[in-house]
Amino acid sequence: MRKYVLAISALALATTAALADVIADRQAVMKDNAKQVGVLVKMVKGEAQFDAAAVMAALTALNDNVQKIDVAASFPAGSDQGDTTASPKIWEDAAGFQAQVDKFKEVAAAAAAAPAQDLDALKAQVGAIGQTCASCHEAFRVKKG
Amino acid sequence: MAILRKLAITALALGGAGAAVFWWLTEPERIGPDAMAALGTGDAARGQRIFDAGGCASCHAKPKAEGEARLQLAGGGELKTQFGTFVAPNISSDPTDGIGAWSLEDFANAMLKGVSPDGQHLYPAFPYPSYARMNPADVADLYTFMKTVPPVAGRAPEHSLGFPFNVRRGLGLWKLLYLSDQPVVAFGEGTSEQVLLGRALVEGAGHCGECHTPRNPIGGTAKAQWLAGAVAAEGGGTVPNITPGGADISGWSESDIAGYLETGFTPEFDSVGGTMVEVQKNMARLSPEDRAAIAAYLKAIPSHPNGYPAQQQKPAG
Repeated sequence: MRKYVLAISALALATTAALADVIADRQAVMKDNAKQVGVLVKMVKGEAQFDAAAVMAALTALNDNVQKIDVAASFPAGSDQGDTTASPKIWEDAAGFQAQVDKFKEVAAAAAAAPAQDLDALKAQVGAIGQTCASCHEAFRVKKG
Repeated sequence: MAILRKLAITALALGGAGAAVFWWLTEPERIGPDAMAALGTGDAARGQRIFDAGGCASCHAKPKAEGEARLQLAGGGELKTQFGTFVAPNISSDPTDGIGAWSLEDFANAMLKGVSPDGQHLYPAFPYPSYARMNPADVADLYTFMKTVPPVAGRAPEHSLGFPFNVRRGLGLWKLLYLSDQPVVAFGEGTSEQVLLGRALVEGAGHCGECHTPRNPIGGTAKAQWLAGAVAAEGGGTVPNITPGGADISGWSESDIAGYLETGFTPEFDSVGGTMVEVQKNMARLSPEDRAAIAAYLKAIPSHPNGYPAQQQKPAG
C-alpha cells in the first residue's frame, strides 16, 4: 500500500514537473517571438534605423519558431495550471485555438517569404503580425496577478 | 388584540413611510437647465473622437466588427457579471429600435445621469458613472455623431438579472453613493493642460476605471484604489494595476504607454490581450496628442498597491 502511495506520489510529481517543463518551454518560445518582433517594432516606432537584413533575419527566426508550434505537444491537458497565463478556453475550444495557431503560421510564413524592403511595407507587416498576436491573446490568454 | 392591531397599524405606517422614503431617495434625477445650456451645439467630427475614446462600438457593434460594421450599433453584446448578464442595447439611429428619436436632452440624461428617456434608471454596465465626468460639450458632439451612424432595426434581448438587481428603482440608492460629476483625482494649481486632458479621457469617456479599479460587493468602484487593478469582472484573471508605482507598468515610460495604446505592443514586445485588445484598437484611432495625454495622466496619479489578490499557486500534485 505504502509503495503504491509512493509510486502515485512520484508519478504525480513527475507529471507536474513535466507540465512545468512544457510551460517553461512554450514561454521561452513566446519570449523569443517577442524578441524578434521587438527588432521590427523598434524600426516602426523610429527607435531604430530600417535595416532590411535585420528584418529578414527577424522574420525568418519568428517563422521558424511559429512553424514548430505543435498544439498537442505544447498545450497538453492540465497545462493551464501552474505558472501560466494559458486560458482554459484553449482546451474548451480546441478547434478555435488551432485555427488561431494556423493563422499565425500563415501570417509568419507570408512575412518571412517576402520580408519588407522599406518602412511602409514593414509597418503593414508588423500590423498584420500584431493583430494575429492580439487576436489569439484576446481569446486564449488570461492575465493573472 | 387591540395592542396587536395597533402594532400592525404602526408597522404598516412605518413600512409605508419607509417605502415613501425609498421612493423619494431613488427618484431618477435628470440634468438641470444649466447643464442643458452647457451642452451647446454638437460637432460630428469631434464626436467621432469621443465615440472612439468611449469604445462605444466594442459593446454595441457585433463582436470583432471591422470597418463599416463597427458603426452597425444594433447591440446584443453580453457582459456576464456576478449580478447577472447585461445585454448592450441597440444605439443605432433607428427611431424605434435604436436611439434615433432621442433628443439631445434624452441623450445627455442617459450619458450624464444614467436615466432613460422614459425616466427609468439605466444599469451602470453602461458606464455612465464615468461618462458623468465628461465635459458636457463632448456629450453634445457625440450626440451629433450618433445621428450619422446608420439605422439598424432589431432590439437586443433584455438583461437577465437576479433579485434584487432586477429592481431598477433600487439603482437610485446606488447612484446616491457612486454617481458624481466630480473628477476622481484632484490635481493642484499649475497642473499641465496635458494631464488635465488625460484626466478627461481616462476618467470620463475612456472609462478606464470601470475595469482597472476594484469594486465592492455591490459594484461600486473603490476610489481609494483608483486604477490599482482588479479581478476581472468576467472571464477570469486580473486587470493590471496602471498606477505609476504598480508593478504591472511601473517600468513603462510615458512614450511606452502611448506606444502600447497605438501599436498594441508592450515595451517587452509582448502583445495586448484579453478585453484590452478591443480597447487598444479604439485608442489607436485617437490622435497622438490624446494618447500622450493619457500617458501623462497615468504617470501623474497617486500610486496604489495592487487591487487584486496575488495569484494562488495550486499545490503541486
